[in-house]
Formats: sequence, structure tokens, C-alpha cells
Amino acid sequence: MRLLKFIKYAIIGFLFGVTMYKSEAISWFRIYEMFKFQSFHMYGIIGTAILSGILVVLLFKKGVLKSYKRRKLELIAKAKGWKRYLFGGIIFGLGWGMGGACPGPIFVLIGSGYSIFIAFMLAAILGTFTYGVFKDKLPH
Amino acid sequence: MNAIYNFLIVNPWPWWFSGLMITFIMYLLLFFGKSFGMSSNLRTMCAIGGGRLSSYFKFDWKAQVWNLIVALGAMIGGYIFIHFMNSNPTVGISDATINSLNQIGLNVEKGQVPHFPKEIFSWDSFFTIKGFIFIVIGGFLVGFGTRWAGGCTSGHAISGLSNLQLPSLIAVIGFFIGGLLMVNFILPYLLQLQ
Repeated sequence: MRLLKFIKYAIIGFLFGVTMYKSEAISWFRIYEMFKFQSFHMYGIIGTAILSGILVVLLFKKGVLKSYKRRKLELIAKAKGWKRYLFGGIIFGLGWGMGGACPGPIFVLIGSGYSIFIAFMLAAILGTFTYGVFKDKLPH
Repeated sequence: MNAIYNFLIVNPWPWWFSGLMITFIMYLLLFFGKSFGMSSNLRTMCAIGGGRLSSYFKFDWKAQVWNLIVALGAMIGGYIFIHFMNSNPTVGISDATINSLNQIGLNVEKGQVPHFPKEIFSWDSFFTIKGFIFIVIGGFLVGFGTRWAGGCTSGHAISGLSNLQLPSLIAVIGFFIGGLLMVNFILPYLLQLQ
């Protein structure tokens, strides 16, 4: 019943795609607006998600919320350090401001029929591949 | 019923509802023993394509297929909404944003704002210097940066900060340094290119 197992992830992804679409977070103009501090919209979305997310994670940890069949919670502590987060973050931020799309919305844009974002995704895959090749030469 | 239909299907979602939905998605993934992070899919695609050049791509990618299915579902979500639920996809950005866009040479009209500037992101412009930079360099930076930082908006800003991870806070500060630099200082010059 592998298919059945995967259908739930397709449904979760569907909800995510619809959320990115209806929230307008897939829009290049919304990202531009965010980095210009010209609207509360994106800050409201991300802020609400973080605040309610903190509550959800806390309730999971306290055992109030339980996972399906008591599966182990994937709440991995991020490795310590700051270089990779700061430098990598800045590189991603530059690309986010240019392309107006982070990885999630890229998939939604492609699905929406904007085929040019296939080229954007392939470039992103190339970027990921290049990171993999030069990983050991970069500070982490 | 009509009010609910209008709220969910017809109108753009308000920020608070969008934010709660993102958390609901994170909740569902945690519930099933997974984590919310979209940029890992780019790494999985490299591994499937056979990344023999780096040990970074030698992992059990079959264990990540569920996340590719999430990405596929996200595509289907976009497809259904643009084709069947919203015949006129426009974005409700602020007047201040419309003014500042017109100042840097991106002409948009209130009520007619598309999802992205079509004069930059199109197959015609792909073969110009400007289009190539925005699409190929932009995409490259997204793919390179997210892997270096170990996550993107979903993995760090949402999942990481919800779990009160200091590294994620550093990453999000990095996202904003990069984004603010790009949009406020570099973008106006890139738009001058042909």
C-alpha cells in the first residue's frame, strides 16, 4: 500500500501549494515589497506561522500533541556554528530578492504553468550541486 | 456557505489565515514523523541525477521521496488554483510598492499586478543578459545559499524558529541581509541592463 502512504503527502503538498498561492507568497512583487518594508503582509504571514509554530512544537514536546503511532518527532537540533548560516543565508537572500521565489514557491509557480520557473529551478539545482562539490572548501 | 467559499476560494487569504495554514502544514508533517523543509528536495534531485562528484549526494534518497511528493502536491495546488479557481491572477501589493516599482522602471498598474514581472521572467528574456542574470544567477544563488545555510524559509524561518534554534535565527538574519541588499541597492542597477 505504498500508494496510499504517499497520497497523504500529496494532500499535504497540495494544501501547501494552495497556501502559497492564496497568500500571494509566490509573488515576486510580494517579496520585493517585503524587502522594501512597504507592507505588513509577508511579515504577518511569517510572524503568525512562527508564533503559532512555537506553540505547536511546545505542545508536541509536552506530549499534549502526539504523533501518528508515536513516531519519533523530527525536531532535529541544528548543528552549532554561525558561518554557514550567515554566509549561506546571505547568498540565499540575494537570490530570493532577485528571483522573488524561495524553493517552496518555485514548485507552485511551475505548477501554475509559469514554465520559465523550470529554468529557475534547474539553476537552483545547479547551485545545490555546486555547493555539494565545493562543500569542503567552504567555512561552516 | 457563500461567505466561506468567497473567503477560501475567491479572495486572497489574509496574512493571519495564511500563517496559520503554514503552521498546520508543519503540524501535519511532524504528526507523520517528518519535517517541513522544501529546499532539501533540490539536494534529493541532485542525488537522483547521480551526484558522483561529491559524497554530499551519496545518501539514501529513497527515504526522501515523500518530500518530492509534497513538492508535486504543491505543483498540483498551483495548477488547480490558477486554472479552475482564479481566472484573473493578480496580486494586491501596496500603493507604496507600486510607486517604487514604477520609479525603478517596472511599470505595474494597481489592480493589474501579475505574480511576477513578465518582462524579466519569460523565455524571451531568458536569452537577454538581464533575463539570464535574474533567472540563472538568481536560481543558482537560491540553490547554493539554501544548501550552505542548511535550509530555506520553510526549514529555517518556520521549522527552525518554531523550535527556537539559534542557528536558524542567524540564517534568517542572513536571508534578510541578502534580500535587503539585493532589493534596495543591487536590483535598480540590474534592471538597467538590456
